[in-house]
Amino acid sequence: MKLKLKIWRQENATAKGSMHTYSLDGVSPDMSFLEMMDMLNEQLMEQGIDPVAFDHDCREGICGACSMFINGEAHGPDRLITTCQLHMRKFKDGDTIHIEPFRAKPFPVIKDLVVDRSSFDRIQHAGGFVSVNTSGNTQDANALPIEKEAADKAFDAASCIGCGACVASCKNASAMLFVSAKVSQYALLPQGQVEATDRVMNMVKQMDEEGFGNCTNTGACEVECPKGISLENIARMNREYLTANLKG
Amino acid sequence: MARLDAKIPEGPIAEKWTNHKNNINLVSPANKRQIDVIVVGTGLAGGSAAATLAELGYNVKAFCFQDSPRRAHSIAAQGGINAAKNYQGDGDSTYRLFYDTVKGGDYRSREANVYRLAEVSTNIIDQCVAQGVPCARDYGGLLDNRSFGGVLVSRTFYAKGQTGQQLLLGAYSAMNRQIGRGKIKMYNRHEMLDLVKVDGKARGIITRNLVTGEIERHAAHAVVIASGGYGNLFYLSTNAMGSNVTAAWKIHKQGAYFANPCFTQIHPTCIPVSGENQSKLTLMSESLRNDGRIWVPKKKEDAAAIREGKLKPTELAEEDRDYYLERRYPAFGNLVPRDVASRAAKERCDEGYGVNKTGEAVYLDFADAIVRYGKEKAHVKGLDESDMGLVRKLGKEIIKAKYGNLFQMYEKIVDQNPYETPMMIYPAVHYTMGGVWVDYNLMTTVPGCFAIGEANFSDHGANRLGASALMQGLADGYFVLPYTIGDYLADDIRTGPIATDSPEFEAAEASVRSQIDAFINNNGSKTVDYFHRKLGKIIWDKCGMSRNEKQLKEAIRKVKALREAFYKEVFVPGTADSFNEPLAKALRVADFLELGELFAKDALERTESCGGHFREESQSPEGEALRDDANFTFVSAWEYKGEPSEAKLHKEELKYENIELKTRSYK
Amino acid sequence: MSSLLSSTIFRKVTMALSGLFLMVFLAQHFIINITSVFSATIFNQFSHFMGTNALVQFLLQPILIGGVIFHFVLGFVLELQNSSARGIKYTVFKGNANASWVSRNMIISGATVLAFLALHFYDFWVPEINYKYIEFLPEDPKRYHEELVHKFEDLGRVIIYVISFFFLSLHLLHGFASAFQSMGVNNKYTPALKSFGKVYAIGIPLGFAFIAIFHFLNH
Repeated sequence: MKLKLKIWRQENATAKGSMHTYSLDGVSPDMSFLEMMDMLNEQLMEQGIDPVAFDHDCREGICGACSMFINGEAHGPDRLITTCQLHMRKFKDGDTIHIEPFRAKPFPVIKDLVVDRSSFDRIQHAGGFVSVNTSGNTQDANALPIEKEAADKAFDAASCIGCGACVASCKNASAMLFVSAKVSQYALLPQGQVEATDRVMNMVKQMDEEGFGNCTNTGACEVECPKGISLENIARMNREYLTANLKG
Repeated sequence: MARLDAKIPEGPIAEKWTNHKNNINLVSPANKRQIDVIVVGTGLAGGSAAATLAELGYNVKAFCFQDSPRRAHSIAAQGGINAAKNYQGDGDSTYRLFYDTVKGGDYRSREANVYRLAEVSTNIIDQCVAQGVPCARDYGGLLDNRSFGGVLVSRTFYAKGQTGQQLLLGAYSAMNRQIGRGKIKMYNRHEMLDLVKVDGKARGIITRNLVTGEIERHAAHAVVIASGGYGNLFYLSTNAMGSNVTAAWKIHKQGAYFANPCFTQIHPTCIPVSGENQSKLTLMSESLRNDGRIWVPKKKEDAAAIREGKLKPTELAEEDRDYYLERRYPAFGNLVPRDVASRAAKERCDEGYGVNKTGEAVYLDFADAIVRYGKEKAHVKGLDESDMGLVRKLGKEIIKAKYGNLFQMYEKIVDQNPYETPMMIYPAVHYTMGGVWVDYNLMTTVPGCFAIGEANFSDHGANRLGASALMQGLADGYFVLPYTIGDYLADDIRTGPIATDSPEFEAAEASVRSQIDAFINNNGSKTVDYFHRKLGKIIWDKCGMSRNEKQLKEAIRKVKALREAFYKEVFVPGTADSFNEPLAKALRVADFLELGELFAKDALERTESCGGHFREESQSPEGEALRDDANFTFVSAWEYKGEPSEAKLHKEELKYENIELKTRSYK
Repeated sequence: MSSLLSSTIFRKVTMALSGLFLMVFLAQHFIINITSVFSATIFNQFSHFMGTNALVQFLLQPILIGGVIFHFVLGFVLELQNSSARGIKYTVFKGNANASWVSRNMIISGATVLAFLALHFYDFWVPEINYKYIEFLPEDPKRYHEELVHKFEDLGRVIIYVISFFFLSLHLLHGFASAFQSMGVNNKYTPALKSFGKVYAIGIPLGFAFIAIFHFLNH
């Protein structure tokens, strides 16, 4: 396949970026999207052009590092996958592909397609944990039976890989799906109850301070989420937040 | 030849760890506040260690090359984590887990370490549940278990196909709590490029900020390396693209012995290589072997027809299929350990029975499981069990509930529907049992430098059983290192802060800078990946699933030549003081190019077959691995002497006092 | 409490509450208006009551107007915040791939409804206030139906009203279910609630449009 690639190039955090056009020939439909990018970079380097920087690591859809906004969608046109799982068979010979970084004010660009998502980390420092020491002196794991449905729902929320596709896809750059997935995981489990009030208040506060937009329930995040995290979690967080505030 | 002291405590095996804990030195809470510890790597081992050390009161500096600790490659572990809880009442015990692990490792691991691992395994599950890790549960609300290869009990805890992610997020959440309290200072996107020793003790590291290119000095009273394994030596592996040996190799060059480098795990169930541009291989969880049956066609002409696309696997009659694992190993069948399953697949493919275009793939078939589950479900629901359409439909639903995410992943990559046609799989490099040599306290031969998790030579001997890597990482980080490091640090309570302006730091920084400048200013023309790919091919072809003297010698020669060519011809674009991935890669590949040579040398010296290390010269008449206990019941620990091929061998004799050395049999 | 008021979640909850309040009013407004189609007498009775009852006039009416103002002012504020949260815009943004047009363009449907409200106030509310509180004309309990029918004699006005009702419908199509989601209601009843929301969002504006057209055709 022969492709025309329009890619956001930006030298560093302070530089002004712009879209650059490259053409790439000999792309096989069995290649993954990132392998296509590798191929482009090899060719760019041969021509003495700085390769396109992009985040990637596990290349099997679980680490959450890859973060490309492809043809107007986070992680490209396919569903329930990350960029690294997108394969070139989803494109046609002669296609033009627009590749941009995940954009949001709290995700500043570091270089080209690499963005800084440490705002997600900071939200979790604010309360994304159960305060239990790792001493091993806890009670036996089975001393605390947990209803299967709650455990499964907590798992579904916990399957978030922190990639930021929800923020990137949201027209408001809201991080509600991410934060609510974290809040929900603990809210659904008995272990998380003790600190539930503080957790949701602190995490939401940090989210707001980072400068993410407001949720307007468009549902784009849920559709683009590689792990299919449900909007139910946002409703749950809203509930948790309101009751936490009522409690004091 | 020097003997290594592993500092194994005296006494009966079941009491060693308890006695040891009772007798080692402690650091008082007030003094812990005066002590700094560096942890490099934030996977299960590094993350759990950093969190626990910070909870204890030490000042921790944690480093990872990823943009967040949560992305360390432990996250990709799918299947599960072992613990001798015996919740299923199927006869499991600490001893049994210990025994299975030693046997699974083909009797090349240290008894005392493995026993301790089995002992603390139960704490891990308690801990993770307390942290809110959503492990799989049954309808009674209790934890569920499944079975993994090489064992006869169900002791594997799991969280769907995401056990690694959930456990890592547990450790990460414990870290978050400490980062929030200011007890862990987290350095994301930082790569450790050297270890700094002062008066022979590890006192700090030199790092490069991967965003700004800044070279930084960080001092501490002890350094913990938790940087994972070196599977990317093979270029194509199931490791993450960034996984590297650099931290481990740098400490090796500073005096830490490197143990059993050739012990590599080739995982039997990975998605086969599809093309030349492939950058990475994807694992399909071993849990699939619980229900999938592995086969190739019985007749070569059928295999050829399948390869050419003239025949579909589903059209092949039952009697024309060779379920070779069930045939060769009736007792364990499809659940033989990984090394055995991998070699068997290679053997069939080498004989010409491979089923994809490259001839390097076998089938993993769920058709029988679908029917079996479907009938069960139909029976429970009181439906017609002879209606095959209905049975298949019900069966698929069950398979979907169990392995849905794995099936989806397979379909996205291969573009075939594994519910309808058997999966194709082939072995791929997955884990490295070898690594930095450590004693019972997990300290390397450099005082004050510790290695935990996959980075050390670990508790897995020559082969690792499924679901025990997560166990080891968390055991080291949560429950072992935090105790043993105190024994060392007890002598440091009066040392005070370590200065970073000493000549040792100066020298280490200067050497890092000169290496970076050399790459940037090199007038080469070939990319880093060009060399990495070549290195991977040499290692895979000559030091892969089966090895012989001639090939290994050739590998040593070729890797050396490639390394020389690399320094002459490599081209690194960009500048040293900016985000520069090719530069970061060049620094990593440079270390792989040295390790590769030692890897082949180690494989050459060990003329026996054991676990994942199969020497063609040492096999039974049936083609099974043949150990040589009389000559090789030891750990090979290599001391760096300038050139990898000049490394000096130290032996740690392995004593088996609680388990009888036997030929491993899964028949 | 201060963190509560400045929080995004609280803002969206107030947006939801004011929206739901307006929807309740809308339903009530519709019930009264639809009577005008089949009985001038009933319509006049209702209108007379609403127009002269002190509670309605001096408590509910200001609350309602406050609710409308609050809803649209906050709506604009949120929109401004949201559009600045992105920073640099995407060159290609395929919003329709993952979210409906109505959910993404509440500001457009909302602004249209707001413009309509201006006209609507000019048509009914301003003359009414003028009649009662400025010129202090004597109350005629039978004048309302006639005034209503008179307004819809003009084809242009009817067309503007019908178009506005269409946008109102779009606004409600997202707004109804969204309000519940914002308040944390997302459970097994949600699908049913969403269906009811659709019926409401299409039914009420359609009904209003019907009233306008009915009077235009029957004057």
